[in-house]
Amino acid sequence: MADYETVQHDVLVIGAGGAGLRAAIEASAAGVSVGLVCKSLLGKAHTVMAEGGIAAALANVDERDNWKVHFADTMRGGQYVNQWRMAELHAKEAPDRVRELEAWGAVFDRTQDGRILQRNFGGHKYPRLAHVGDRTGLEMIRTLQDHGVHQGIEVHMEHTILSILKAGDRAVGAFGYERERGRFKIFRAKAIVLATGGIGRAYKITSNSWEYTGDGHSLAYEAGAELIDMEFMQFHPTGMVWPPSVCGILVTEGVRGEGGILTNKEGRRFMFDQIPENYRAQTADNEEEGWRYCQGDKNARRPPELLTRDHIARCIVREIKEGRGSPHGGVYLDIAWIKQKLPNAADYIKRKLPSMYHQFKQLADIDITEQPMEVGPTTHYIMGGIHVDPDTQMSRVPGLFAAGECAAGINGANRLGGNSLSDLLVFGKRAGEFAAKFAKDNSLGEIDPPQADKIDMAAREALQPFERSAAENPYLVQRDLQETMQDNVGIVRNETEMKSALEHLRTFWERANRAGVTGHREFNPGWHTALDLKNLLTVSEAITRAALERKESRGAQFREDYPNKDERFANLNTMISKADDGSMKVRLEPLPEMPDYLKRVVEDNR
Amino acid sequence: MNATFKIWRGDASGGAFRDYTTEISEGMVVLDAVHDIQRTQAGDLACRWNCKAGKCGSCSAEVNGIPKLMCMTRMSDLPLDEPITVEPMKAFPIIKDLITDVSWNFEVKKKIKKFKPRPPDARDGTWRMAQEDIDRVQEFRKCIECFLCQDVCHVLRDHQMHDKFIGPRFLIHVAALEMHPLDTEDRIEELRNAQGIGYCNITKCCTKVCPESIEA
Repeated sequence: MADYETVQHDVLVIGAGGAGLRAAIEASAAGVSVGLVCKSLLGKAHTVMAEGGIAAALANVDERDNWKVHFADTMRGGQYVNQWRMAELHAKEAPDRVRELEAWGAVFDRTQDGRILQRNFGGHKYPRLAHVGDRTGLEMIRTLQDHGVHQGIEVHMEHTILSILKAGDRAVGAFGYERERGRFKIFRAKAIVLATGGIGRAYKITSNSWEYTGDGHSLAYEAGAELIDMEFMQFHPTGMVWPPSVCGILVTEGVRGEGGILTNKEGRRFMFDQIPENYRAQTADNEEEGWRYCQGDKNARRPPELLTRDHIARCIVREIKEGRGSPHGGVYLDIAWIKQKLPNAADYIKRKLPSMYHQFKQLADIDITEQPMEVGPTTHYIMGGIHVDPDTQMSRVPGLFAAGECAAGINGANRLGGNSLSDLLVFGKRAGEFAAKFAKDNSLGEIDPPQADKIDMAAREALQPFERSAAENPYLVQRDLQETMQDNVGIVRNETEMKSALEHLRTFWERANRAGVTGHREFNPGWHTALDLKNLLTVSEAITRAALERKESRGAQFREDYPNKDERFANLNTMISKADDGSMKVRLEPLPEMPDYLKRVVEDNR
Repeated sequence: MNATFKIWRGDASGGAFRDYTTEISEGMVVLDAVHDIQRTQAGDLACRWNCKAGKCGSCSAEVNGIPKLMCMTRMSDLPLDEPITVEPMKAFPIIKDLITDVSWNFEVKKKIKKFKPRPPDARDGTWRMAQEDIDRVQEFRKCIECFLCQDVCHVLRDHQMHDKFIGPRFLIHVAALEMHPLDTEDRIEELRNAQGIGYCNITKCCTKVCPESIEA
């Protein structure tokens, strides 16, 4: 094996957003040495962009809330294909995880009596989101970062992992490069936690940054783990649509939580037109009741703008397709209208939604206290990901754990807003705890000769783009891939388009293998883009194959060739793994049976 | 419509401005133009970015000589009849092109004493805090760590006193900790001595470039 710089930790955490940081903190607190790899600088991961809040049944604003209601809401939102045990742990443990953030210095907005304030959000029966204006993610990541750096965690900023190293079945390390000098590095560890976030860069219109190329999904898949629920891709209903350069940037659901309404070009509140059966009992049937709910009237039901994201995104697509959209191909999201109801509404909006106010003012010349916003769906979050044990977060590869967006199970077919930040905390902590335990119970694995060969091969392969002349431009391959996924495996799907996507993906693999870059290895974004293509292609194929396999419409998956829910799929998850011949294998796996006490919780909260 | 950019290309050993021309469309920001140039003309042009919405503080640079987030600088706010210069921050060592080595900032933060809350005193094992008592702390906690304030601060930029002065970013970090209603730690002695608050001339250049408009 060539000579590579090698670092060693008991636990290696790959990814430094909310889940990775929380895992690192927990592992470190358990007394093991921890290395934390970030693709960007520390504190810049996608968690920083989360706006609305952290869902946790603290019951500070509505005393009727508790873990059971939160659990039932999460299962209903996920159309009951969630892993019940993860949803249970999440609902039970989220309040403690939020209180812990406060003990570490987070400063949440307050109730009148000085407790953590909670706001309304889609699919949550009661006001449940602990928040700081509309910059909750910043508060969360900074709190974890500042707490973590005092614990002696070793942070490897601007490093990208190319493969997981194994000894036999077990994960024993990772191989990657540092961006600054472009040098390769070996990380040896007794346990590894993947916390790499999402795959949003597989789509053209996305709220995700350059980092989210499905690295953890792909690394785990290559290492022998399974991916579950990959067909369920969340398109957030409200992204900016105009001007073109900001298309896809997120507009927080908090706008609707504070009373914002969705209208079409005729001024109609179209969300009242179609309320799904399983939400009818808890949804307002007139505008006046919806407003009373937003004002805290406990006898009112929530407005249809606070239905789940999958449903709202589809309603918006319908309005646009049927010619009732806004001038730039979206619909209107109006918070300014609350002036009719509230004195000092402009100040209220600026206080509760400061970053939305600035975002629209600075990037679109729109004053949201005066004018409606134009919004449309944007690729936001993947419910699918690495299949893990619900309690320990370990994948089927011993020593390889996963948490946060790259892991899956808690959200089922659709994630409720606010459940992501709490997921990061609850399962980040668990992954850190059990990775530390695994590290204590096991010695450092050997990098044997076959592994050494694999490392050399990975290094050679990674450097090939520098050797190709007259090659494919990696940026253009990425762009074409994004267009294919957007057009063929987007919000509305059918078999013909998805099969054509698979054909296209095959040609993109060929093009990716011909990708070439100019310049040298030091901080070369063209090279990084070329290397990320493999992961993007792997997750794109996984999404498409899983979506083809689920021949029904459920949650975020809408198939126009199978437009209804089908009982045959009600108890099945799609499961993807790499076959021995290197091909991608999909199978359907029965859901674990929910125990009776939880079935009763679901029934009691119908 | 086209715009011409002069983008600094190089590394620690030296470099120069290079000219690029790219098409400008409605609503475009400087970061979009840099990405277009990267995609079509200079694949290895190094720049940091993430959120593209002024929330992460990654794409700090100097646009026409002024410290800015590239993602929040609209092309329509710049004079397009002359070339737009884009160059890296000056207060930190160059790595490559628009990227600087900002690791000093992370080291400084490690040395600031961590948050130390008083024991929980509410009956439910937590604390009570009034909103009006945390408004000021929340204002400071809006910081996205773009380090533009550090870049513009002449104590760091011109006098390179990184070993004697922690800079505006960390002065407000300490302030946020000190003003936190639950915190019991005392950081004043370090602030006066090791952290060099006395070097601040209160010219408020830092406030002027702050993309979060944090009022210090």
